[in-house]
Amino acid sequence: MLETKNLQYAYPEQQMLTFPDLNFPKGQHGLIIGQSGCGKTTLLHLLGGLLTPKSGEVMVNGVNISKLPASRLDQFRGRNIGIIFQRPHFIDSLSVGENLILAQHLAGLKPDWDRVAELLERLNLVHKIKSGTDRLSLGEQQRVAIARAIINHPSVILADEPTSSLDDSNALDVIQLLEEQASSVEATLVVVTHDTRLKNKFSLQIQL
Amino acid sequence: MSLLGLSLRNILHKPLRTALSLILFALGTGLIALLFLLNSQLQDKFDKNLASIDLVIGAKGSPLQLILNSMYHIDAPTGNIPISEAKAFLRPEHPLIETAIPLSIGDSYRAYRIVGTTPEILDLYEARLESGKIWKSPMEVVVGASVAADLGLQKGDEFLSSHGLIEDDDLVHDDAPRFAVTGILAPSGTVLDQLILTASQSVWTVHDHQENEEEGHEHEHGTEALPDKPLYEYTDQSITSILIRFKGRNFQALNMQRNINENTNMQAATPAIEINRLYAMMGVGADALRTLAMVIVLVSGLSIFISLYASLKDRKYELSLMRVMGASPGRLIQLILLEGIILAVLGYLIGTALSHGSMELLGARMEDSYRYTFTGLTFVKEEAWLLLGALAIGFIAAIIPAIQAGQTDISTTLSEG
Repeated sequence: MLETKNLQYAYPEQQMLTFPDLNFPKGQHGLIIGQSGCGKTTLLHLLGGLLTPKSGEVMVNGVNISKLPASRLDQFRGRNIGIIFQRPHFIDSLSVGENLILAQHLAGLKPDWDRVAELLERLNLVHKIKSGTDRLSLGEQQRVAIARAIINHPSVILADEPTSSLDDSNALDVIQLLEEQASSVEATLVVVTHDTRLKNKFSLQIQL
Repeated sequence: MSLLGLSLRNILHKPLRTALSLILFALGTGLIALLFLLNSQLQDKFDKNLASIDLVIGAKGSPLQLILNSMYHIDAPTGNIPISEAKAFLRPEHPLIETAIPLSIGDSYRAYRIVGTTPEILDLYEARLESGKIWKSPMEVVVGASVAADLGLQKGDEFLSSHGLIEDDDLVHDDAPRFAVTGILAPSGTVLDQLILTASQSVWTVHDHQENEEEGHEHEHGTEALPDKPLYEYTDQSITSILIRFKGRNFQALNMQRNINENTNMQAATPAIEINRLYAMMGVGADALRTLAMVIVLVSGLSIFISLYASLKDRKYELSLMRVMGASPGRLIQLILLEGIILAVLGYLIGTALSHGSMELLGARMEDSYRYTFTGLTFVKEEAWLLLGALAIGFIAAIIPAIQAGQTDISTTLSEG
């Protein structure tokens, strides 16, 4: 589950951003929509512990991540929060499979090639397990990014504009996959977007 | 996928950049290691051949040349000294001298020096016969281990000497009697390995023969045993020099050198002093080379630094991603440090291979001019220090990029896309 209270953040010499309180129960999927520049990405970074809020708190699985010491926060994020970005990025020197193994390793979990293979199988990418990530199409890359986000069975998955650089059919594929995979690990899924194609895909929608 | 594995993969992912850093680093460390190897083996050679010789007496000229020629056999003789003048020092009853070894230098066989001397030279260098026996008659020779191995000489083989110390077919004493090999020395690690030893009388025989020839006389030389006449009684002959070991290094002994230099037509030189002078002279060149090598190592350290630093810009997103996946800033610092250190260690290993390889190649060429067997297959303890130095340079080159990596602002980087 994911919950925020009185969340505020300010960039240096800029107006304070105030966010509505959120409450996503375990397994809930929801959409946060808003125009560019309204603080969508900032909110997502606050939820993922990439930014520390000026005030207020972010509760993930009952843990107030705003209060975690920096070293614990990184570890906590690796294990409990999967994040998908607008443009997929990988460690270029590693293959698709190794990128997923690295996600396990950095979260402090044991590398599990069976899990990697199974996940890629589900995403129809198992034949790319040894490929370099730069050899994939954009849609394929976004699917590997999804695999990386869910590989450690996170309780929360955050997606920042996951479809905005994809064409219609890829966008719908990706969002469907995202929902399926989030459900398969019973994770709370929060998608932040201004992509209107997604509007009727989610019942829970929050306007920023 | 451990951190070490990841840093290795990152290094291999940029082969050109890596190759540049590695080549520079290998050149620098290789050159330093080569200097270490050369230095230790040259020093070893000079030390072993000192053979506690206290004084060398020879013809007037450069004292260093006298030492180099008489003890290391790498320079031309300063000239000859008549036995009539030197005979006092050759007498066994001389109160100050424990051992006096005469040397007659000037002929060679296939560029290996034939040295006319007395059998005591073996004791002086603590050498022993591997097979055969010591010479008993003129024209019998005992061959050093390296000479025998190189020329394939065996007991019973015969050869003609040539005049001078280089290989020259025109200078072969083809009218003189042939030398016969009677024994082979065991390898001693000293200059004897590179010499052909014979009685002083053999050298005179070859030259007398030639003089007689020129005068139109035919003179028969047999293999009769050496006459029982001590060397110092051949007052009409000359030798090149005398190696002297004192009974004790007392005031009188030290005075002997000055006496010879001031009161005779000969000179006396102290090996330790001349060799130290040589070290001092060679030291300038070695220092210049070492400085050059240091500069190359520093430049290669700089190239590792620049390569890591430049790669940070490309890898900002990767590094942020690693943080998202659970890596602490400390692990990013470790990752970059490891990359620097791995580059340095790889560079060191390639450099070591290069230095030992070229030492082995150089050794084969240097053997002729230095009368000493060099090898690339030994390691010196300075190389361990070199490894430590390489590690330190890798570490220092990586520390600033590493700290920078640890401070990557992940939120800003990731929102830039």
